[in-house]
Amino acid sequence: MGRTRTQERQGRCAHGPPAPATGTLRARNARARAGGQPGCLWGRTVARQRRERTEMGLVSRGAAEVGRGAASAVDRPGPPDAVPNPTPTPPAEGADPGSSRPGMVLKAFFPTCCASADSGLLVGRWVPEQSSAVVLAVVHFPFIPIQVKELLAQVQQASQVGVTVLGTWCHRRQEPEESLGHFLEGLGAIFSHKPWFQLCRERGSKSWSCKATHWQGPASPAASGEDQVMLIFYDQRKVLLSQLHPPTALPDRQAGDTTASAGGLAAVFDTVARSEALFQSDRFDEGPVQLSHWQSEGMEASILVELAKWAAGPVCLFLACLLSLISAASACRVFKLWPLSFIWSKLSTCEQLRHRLEQLTLIFSTRTAESPTQLMRKANMLVSVLLDVALGLMLLSWLHRKDLIGQLADALIPVADRVAEELQHLLQWLMGAPAGLKMNRALDQVLGRFFLYHIHLWISYIHLMSPFIERILWHVGLSACLGLTVALSILSDIIALLTFHIYCFYVYGARLYCLKIHGLSSLWRLFRGKKWNVLRQRVDSCSYDLDQLFIGTLLFTILVFLLPTTALYYLVFTLLRLLVVAVQGLIHLLVDLINSLPLYSLGLRLCRPYRLAAGVKFRVLEHETGRPLRLLMQINPLPYSRVVHTYRLPTCGCHPKHSWGSLCRKLFFGELIYPWRQRGNKQD
Amino acid sequence: MEDEQSFSDICGGRLALQRRFYSPSCLEFCLSCPRITLRSLTAVTCTVWLAAYGLFTLCENTMILSAAIFITLLGLLGYLHFVKIDHETLLIIDSLGIQMTSSYASGKESTTFIEMGQVNDVVINEAIYMQKVIYYLCILLKDPVEPHGISQVVPLFQSAKPRLDCLIEVYRSCQDILAHQKATSTSPEGGDKIISASNRRSHSGMGAY
Repeated sequence: MGRTRTQERQGRCAHGPPAPATGTLRARNARARAGGQPGCLWGRTVARQRRERTEMGLVSRGAAEVGRGAASAVDRPGPPDAVPNPTPTPPAEGADPGSSRPGMVLKAFFPTCCASADSGLLVGRWVPEQSSAVVLAVVHFPFIPIQVKELLAQVQQASQVGVTVLGTWCHRRQEPEESLGHFLEGLGAIFSHKPWFQLCRERGSKSWSCKATHWQGPASPAASGEDQVMLIFYDQRKVLLSQLHPPTALPDRQAGDTTASAGGLAAVFDTVARSEALFQSDRFDEGPVQLSHWQSEGMEASILVELAKWAAGPVCLFLACLLSLISAASACRVFKLWPLSFIWSKLSTCEQLRHRLEQLTLIFSTRTAESPTQLMRKANMLVSVLLDVALGLMLLSWLHRKDLIGQLADALIPVADRVAEELQHLLQWLMGAPAGLKMNRALDQVLGRFFLYHIHLWISYIHLMSPFIERILWHVGLSACLGLTVALSILSDIIALLTFHIYCFYVYGARLYCLKIHGLSSLWRLFRGKKWNVLRQRVDSCSYDLDQLFIGTLLFTILVFLLPTTALYYLVFTLLRLLVVAVQGLIHLLVDLINSLPLYSLGLRLCRPYRLAAGVKFRVLEHETGRPLRLLMQINPLPYSRVVHTYRLPTCGCHPKHSWGSLCRKLFFGELIYPWRQRGNKQD
Repeated sequence: MEDEQSFSDICGGRLALQRRFYSPSCLEFCLSCPRITLRSLTAVTCTVWLAAYGLFTLCENTMILSAAIFITLLGLLGYLHFVKIDHETLLIIDSLGIQMTSSYASGKESTTFIEMGQVNDVVINEAIYMQKVIYYLCILLKDPVEPHGISQVVPLFQSAKPRLDCLIEVYRSCQDILAHQKATSTSPEGGDKIISASNRRSHSGMGAY
């Protein structure tokens, strides 16, 4: 009696319970055991039905067999109190009559977690451009159609994905019963959707059957087309968590896009990823609608992650304030005065510290990441900083354990002395007859003595500094706790400072040589009777006076004969300088490697390869003739080279900007080489 | 439905083409390359060890012999895992796409899947390979900017390198499915294509996939 009253009140449930063809006790018991006919039961019997849901397999449907003609279901108008959709659904959702042609193969993406679920309604999204249906969950009996529609409307509003009821799912155990068959087809009238999918599976066997039917409308009830359906199984959890990396660079979509992208399989990934709202309830919830999806056994969560999220807020705030204080202090006026700013721009340590400060500011900023790429970048930076600090601490402990700092400080002065001695020997060799070449004696002596005096100054300076070396080194060694990259940068800077005299020699030699080359080229033009026109930037002929020609030729000869000496000094010191630059370059390369390697992404690719997807791959499952084709869709992970290429962190950009050709040209003309052009510092 | 035929590749080695017909819309071709032979393996190992022994007699350092063994083992493992392809599979699913899988001798598989929306056509092209002119099957990808243009050429069966008779078999089946797919899709194109010679403009190939 209560049942009839509810029917009147709600006005739905176009089908009554299937009238028993035979009023036998067995049929009635079967019906009762089946937990009531779906769609017409109240929540107060929900508990009983849940117990008996496992026996839903007893209720079968007969119309799902392939080969049976389209049923005699008549199209009925939708229920009068259907909840109107609050959000405008995309125009092609489910009601497009021309979207699929008869004879086409429709694709149904079915989650593997629902393959063992009990019978119910299929809920998901229909993508007409691909003629594919993405099944997201199964709604179990008993349900109330109004509540199902409400839930779907809520999900649609929350996720901007056009989730609708796509069809029915039947997981049966024995021979089908006629009654439920008709009923399940009649559900298609309540939730009208074109095409209407009917998937069916025998419990415990691998034989599936699928059917997709179209109702042509009340005018021609018999002419309903049937399409072939291809089943594609997918792991819902993996597809939800994975991120597709298409080979072509598409512009990032904004988070506020209303419709999901329609790029083939990207549409499937997008649909699943956006429908998180649908997966929020599990089977222990006492909600009105029982869903079956990947989280229906219980929501996935981790205590550590939740605690970290809770603690992250205040920690980030505190660290962000601290970092802003530090950056404000470093940006204050005092450091912008000329000598200091010049030194800061030259030292690579400052560059590295600034880079790390920027990274830390980005990591601990209180703004949440907008896109997965930004999140990965933050994670990569954090892991890089942590690894850096860990390696630095290891280095520090190793240095202190062996008391290497003291040994280093003791060895520094003798090493510097040794280097100076070697340079002196080299200059003595140059002042003699180097490699059998005959130098111009006078110039040789001048240059040699000049450089020897320079070395003498340098040695005195080093000896002056010697009492403080150990203290300085110890403090510098402490900086390794800021990171291995900082320690390496300091090492590079120390090398630069210790070889400063070589740099000076190189500059002197290069300038002298450059001057000589310019003089030679100009006088060579005079020799030929030409002149460089500064206005027109070209070589013009010019008539010189006789005395101009005479002096010019004289000077030209002098310069030509002094060329070998200057060139030799230039060559030697350039080679030394290039050696030092090469050593510094190796250190910078290592620092860049640590800075830019995306370790978090590489770790993710190693441990959770489905998170970074390059694409998908399909496997054909066991196939019997007459049954629909079943495929398993798996995620194809991104290769490691693409992971590094996509997620590389931006570095300081201290790379040599010359090509080999321009380098050789500069060397030949004696122009100074600055291989490490600092960012924002234009010189030469 | 499965059937197997034997063909030969461009160098004369034996190839086995296995065709699996799952449904009118799903077809799989598996081309097995000639296996690594005991003769070649022995030859390479003997060469390396003889060279190592020669070096050993010169240098009297036993590390060379151990290094030679090490190199041989690592080289063999690396060859089986990264270089030697056991069989190549082409799976065509109407209205989904085309999937190419290369299985290496160590069991590793590398898969590429191209969606049907990106596939313009499957053709047999000619190419100059060393001193020969060979035929190869390739997939032409659509240009996203220009609807009838071609953006990429993806060659198939690159390590098996079958001859024209094998390629024609595969080509015919592919064209059947593509024609069916074009007929049922919304695009107005359809019909069959003939084997095209080098009158197609050359586009950048994709290299090894």
